[in-house]
Amino acid sequence: MSEIVLETRNVTRDYHAGGGLFSKAKTIRALKGIDLTLEKGKTLAIVGESGCGKSTLARILTLIDAPTSGELLIDGQKVDIAKDGLTRDMRQKVQIIFQNPYGSLNPRQKIGDVLGEPLLLNTKLSANERRDRAMQMLVKVGLGPEHYNRYPHMLSGGQRQRIAIARALMLNPSLLVLDEPVSALDLSVQAQILNLLKDLQDEFNLTYVFISHDLSVVKYFADDVMVMYFGEVVEYGSRETVFANPQHSYTKTLFAATPNASVDAIKARLARKRAAA
Amino acid sequence: MALLTIKNLTVSFDTSTGPFMAVKGIDLAIEKREVLAIVGESGSGKSVAMLAVMGLLPNTATVTADVMEFEGINLLTQTPSQRREIIGRDIAMIFQEPIASLNPCFSVGFQLMETLRQHTSLSASERETRAVELLTLVGIPDPKARLNAYPHQMSGGQCQRVMIAIAISCNPKLLIADEPTTALDVTIQKQILDLLMRLQAEHGMGLIMITHDMGVVAETADRVIVQYKGQKMEEADVLTLFENPASNYTRALLSALPENAVGDRLPTVADFMAKQNAEAMQ
Ligand SMILES: Nc1ncnc2c1ncn2[C@@H]1O[C@H](COP(=O)(O)OP(=O)(O)OP(=O)(O)O)[C@@H](O)[C@H]1O
Ligand SMILES: Nc1ncnc2c1ncn2[C@@H]1O[C@H](COP(=O)(O)OP(=O)(O)OP(=O)(O)O)[C@@H](O)[C@H]1O
Ligand SMILES: [Mg+2]
Ligand SMILES: [Mg+2]
Repeated sequence: MSEIVLETRNVTRDYHAGGGLFSKAKTIRALKGIDLTLEKGKTLAIVGESGCGKSTLARILTLIDAPTSGELLIDGQKVDIAKDGLTRDMRQKVQIIFQNPYGSLNPRQKIGDVLGEPLLLNTKLSANERRDRAMQMLVKVGLGPEHYNRYPHMLSGGQRQRIAIARALMLNPSLLVLDEPVSALDLSVQAQILNLLKDLQDEFNLTYVFISHDLSVVKYFADDVMVMYFGEVVEYGSRETVFANPQHSYTKTLFAATPNASVDAIKARLARKRAAA
Repeated sequence: MALLTIKNLTVSFDTSTGPFMAVKGIDLAIEKREVLAIVGESGSGKSVAMLAVMGLLPNTATVTADVMEFEGINLLTQTPSQRREIIGRDIAMIFQEPIASLNPCFSVGFQLMETLRQHTSLSASERETRAVELLTLVGIPDPKARLNAYPHQMSGGQCQRVMIAIAISCNPKLLIADEPTTALDVTIQKQILDLLMRLQAEHGMGLIMITHDMGVVAETADRVIVQYKGQKMEEADVLTLFENPASNYTRALLSALPENAVGDRLPTVADFMAKQNAEAMQ
């Protein structure tokens, strides 16, 4: 039987929004009972409407936030950070690439240190070895030695996103949660990063939770697909089933809204525009 | 008269290893009611070129241009206070990293209403009404309550939409949208693109759309500029770009669409070029 790396049972998460000048305080239930299981070496893609709870779930899966209720199991072990805190082993095993790379990088830390720091804290590598590893990783994500001494604000949006990816990979995690990891990348760099992630998955049997709004990327990259809508799972299955035979009306709406880049579609749009002018 | 005209724009940064040329002589013009898309390599100077127009680069940057005019006004010789009059009201920008460009210390309602206060003559209650209307336009549920929310209490895509609401709040003549839909699912993306297209049609707004998403280009642009390493590789109307791209870089870029995966691999620009060279050798 294959090994289950990640499992959630009826996970919920409430936020208490403070209220203020314009309204009263209230509770928002951002996750309404999420169940999922993920096998080792597989990729689960999560798609869904903006604000439906994907990043909230990502923070729970990576032990940054505790669920309001429900259970989280990693490698078959129940994990409750609210009660037991977080072990160093867990912290290394589970990594996240945040949706917002700018916010997750320390503005006063040079890129070289951003990449070297996880090794400094978690390994016994020498300064030279750490530097070499960091340089190698920069090249793998399509950057170079010239970026080693820069600060985060001296990079483009896509370059920063790649630093966030590089940092998460530095510790050889076994479970990686990626929150919109390629949204700021051109098609070629996106291809390079997705190839890199596939290679790492093949080599080290990595498990990915991949949050993305780009359905063509999901279709290429995922084994399983989960569709969320207002804090609930409305569709969950293998990539083939979900794409071939979507059941929920939101999934159908989602597929229908995908932009069409065919020449015929462009011609039709331009004709409509001329007619309206 | 063109809305914005730029000729031979260069931007260079002082770095610890010497000067770095991020933009190497870009020309660009956009008319009223036009949608110009800028696509291209990550790090090719798309954002930096537009930040130069906005006058928002750090002081390690040196900007030169033969021409940089907005409605015939020379932006290069303006004082900072003259420029501030135009920026925010006539030219607005949706920044690439929404969470980083919203102020974490103020509620989103305050930030919206503050922009309205600076650039319009609306009264306080009119500003609140307009703020709710704007949040509704960008599809934020429960907009009145959300005026109180701080950026960290909103999702990535919700912050992006607040940024969009702020940028369009004063009906700008030119909107520069830097990756405006990266955090949005395709249904909300469609709603936002429709909104921008409507503003463009109804108010004659010019729209510069920086994006990596070729679907977004196909669905919005009239004209497209393709950038690579600080230079313009190609400029074409949208149909020509997709039907018959002139530059090799554009063809290579389009070859990297996830639909073109070969087995488990996605081709990169470098793969495309290597294949082409190999074919030429034979
Ligand atoms: N700290 C918070 N306080 C109050 N509400 C919050 C907080 N964080 C998130 N929310 C709300 O919870 C919901 C889910 O947010 P989440 O960030 O998980 O969405 P998401 O699916 O990642 O969206 P996106 O695709 O736009 O990034 C949203 O409605 C958001 O406004
Ligand atoms: N303050 C700075 N100092 C030095 N170099 C910088 C600075 N800001 C940007 N750069 C460099 O200028 C180049 C252009 O950056 P820019 O942000 O315009 O890229 P971009 O085309 O918008 O890319 P992306 O698609 O990744 O957002 C990049 O190589 C970046 O590293
Ligand atoms: Mg999110
Ligand atoms: Mg950019």
